[in-house]
Amino acid sequence: MATTTVGGGRKGSGVSAAAPAARGAQNSSQNSTRTFNIVCGVVLGVFAIIWLIPSLWALKTSLTSNAVSALGTPAILADTSPTLASYLTLMRGGDIWNWYLASFITSAVTVALTLLFGSMAGYALSRMRFRGRNIVFALMLAGIMIPGTVLVVPIFEGLGAVNLLNTYWAVILPQVPAVIAVFVFKQFFDGLPVEMEEAARLDGAGYWRIYRSVIMPLSKPVLAAMGILTFVNVWNNLLLPLFVVSNPDLMTIPVGLATVQGSFGQRYSDIQASSIMGALPLVILFLFFQKRIVEGVAGTGLKG
Amino acid sequence: MSTPTIAPLRGPAVSSKQQGGVGFPENKPAWLFLAPFGIFFVLFLVAPTVYMFISSFFNTSIAKSGLGSFAGFANYQEMLTKPEFWSSMWHTLQFTLYTTPPLVVLAFVFAVLANRVRRGQWFFRLAFFVPFILPSATISLIWVFIFAPTNGLFAQLQTWLGNAIPTPVLADPSSAMIGIAVATIWWTLGFNFILYLAGLQDIPRELYEAAAIDGTTPWQQIRYITIPLLSRTTSLVVVLQIIASLKVFDQVYLMTSGGPGTSTQVALGLITNTAFTDFRSGAASAASVLLFIVILAIAIIRQLLERNQERTA
Repeated sequence: MATTTVGGGRKGSGVSAAAPAARGAQNSSQNSTRTFNIVCGVVLGVFAIIWLIPSLWALKTSLTSNAVSALGTPAILADTSPTLASYLTLMRGGDIWNWYLASFITSAVTVALTLLFGSMAGYALSRMRFRGRNIVFALMLAGIMIPGTVLVVPIFEGLGAVNLLNTYWAVILPQVPAVIAVFVFKQFFDGLPVEMEEAARLDGAGYWRIYRSVIMPLSKPVLAAMGILTFVNVWNNLLLPLFVVSNPDLMTIPVGLATVQGSFGQRYSDIQASSIMGALPLVILFLFFQKRIVEGVAGTGLKG
Repeated sequence: MSTPTIAPLRGPAVSSKQQGGVGFPENKPAWLFLAPFGIFFVLFLVAPTVYMFISSFFNTSIAKSGLGSFAGFANYQEMLTKPEFWSSMWHTLQFTLYTTPPLVVLAFVFAVLANRVRRGQWFFRLAFFVPFILPSATISLIWVFIFAPTNGLFAQLQTWLGNAIPTPVLADPSSAMIGIAVATIWWTLGFNFILYLAGLQDIPRELYEAAAIDGTTPWQQIRYITIPLLSRTTSLVVVLQIIASLKVFDQVYLMTSGGPGTSTQVALGLITNTAFTDFRSGAASAASVLLFIVILAIAIIRQLLERNQERTA
């Protein structure tokens, strides 16, 4: 599925483009179609606004003072003096920086390892013929169906056995084998022409050099898409870091935010400011890579 | 998905025949290329799965190293006769039933509507899709605040509508799961929305043009062209939704911790509680195996369905 791009520049798709084709003979039907499309737009617009309300409400609350937000909804609605006090409190507190650091390190290292190892495996499966290939392929397919979240208890015990609990590695290592990445890379490499590799091989290049200097430069789009998706997934993972890390200095954003509700009590503005701070890097990522994220999600059916 | 695609990124459509010939000359480089990923695959997917099965037959505890004493089927027997286990399974099912229909129907409707609107696509994507990439912790903090008893946004809304004693959604056992479901629908709808939008683009425009010439109403076009041709996307969305629902943990843990009482305790919550609060990882493994089997069964059914569709397509 998803053999076409989603989103941007989809001008005149669907019926809105069908109407002009029937121009003349079907003038009245064209008008009714146009009216219908306008109604569709209005209905969808209303839903979109409803969908924005929770985020806007969190933003509005985060921009009031704790004293105001403690008074409840009417006070927050009536408040007209926005303040960054909650954000400043958070930034001075220091916890959020630890959480950011933990999330950035674990996400970035996981992305790097997943892309490198996943693309290498995908390359082998796409281009090489070797004994046991079918078995490897079948194992990988089976691996896709293994629900990783259910493995949190044995993974915890395994990490404990090798003394890796309460380290960044405990968050990174279990998330590296994203089997879907291997298939995405294999599929992409399958579509690359073999001629360039053959030319390189005639020049005496080995597999590693071909992979590094021929294949990787051609794979920037798929590397970017998989990289962003992996980053978002690792950044948002709560279950694994929640149990393998208990040292507050090593907590990732989701685990840190999970402690906020209890420790901030009635400081609603601070709570909402931290929820927004935790989401901010992903919102920025989305604004920069909208198309890639949307295409990647549509193309892989990757769901947390 | 057995064959995941990032289709728009696909290189030039050249079919690559596997090169190499007799006697597998590429054995060594192939295994070297596979090894790094393979090691992680074995260590963090295969080994934990095997260990989960083994320890489910032992009195394993996370407080002690080693497997502990042999328990036979006692862990399974305990789980299968324990009311908490069945109630957590029921709550998981309840969550699935509350979230799947709205997530499928609303996403479909929104995508069909969005496909008819020429302008403002970016706005709809922003509104519907951005929540999906946010951390569950952010979602939960926002919705717990909205559902705050007495003076939260939702309680205030009820008061304005004339309900003097607004329901404290998350604090009431009869409505807590509905509150979690609402937050989840808001959070993940964008995913299905995007899948449906992609599916809509695969429908040839000529079909609509022909239908328009035949004088069909837009509603007839949706009923007889869009819905049938999106059936593949719908089955994908439904299965992904069910699998994700069975694995629900974050929202429940963050919004209600399974409460009030155990009214929203779900399967993965019971498993982690058994392992990390009661220290009984053997028993937790037995429950994990049972959940694992259910999810695997659905994943296999999905593979078979997909293969079937590919054959008939």
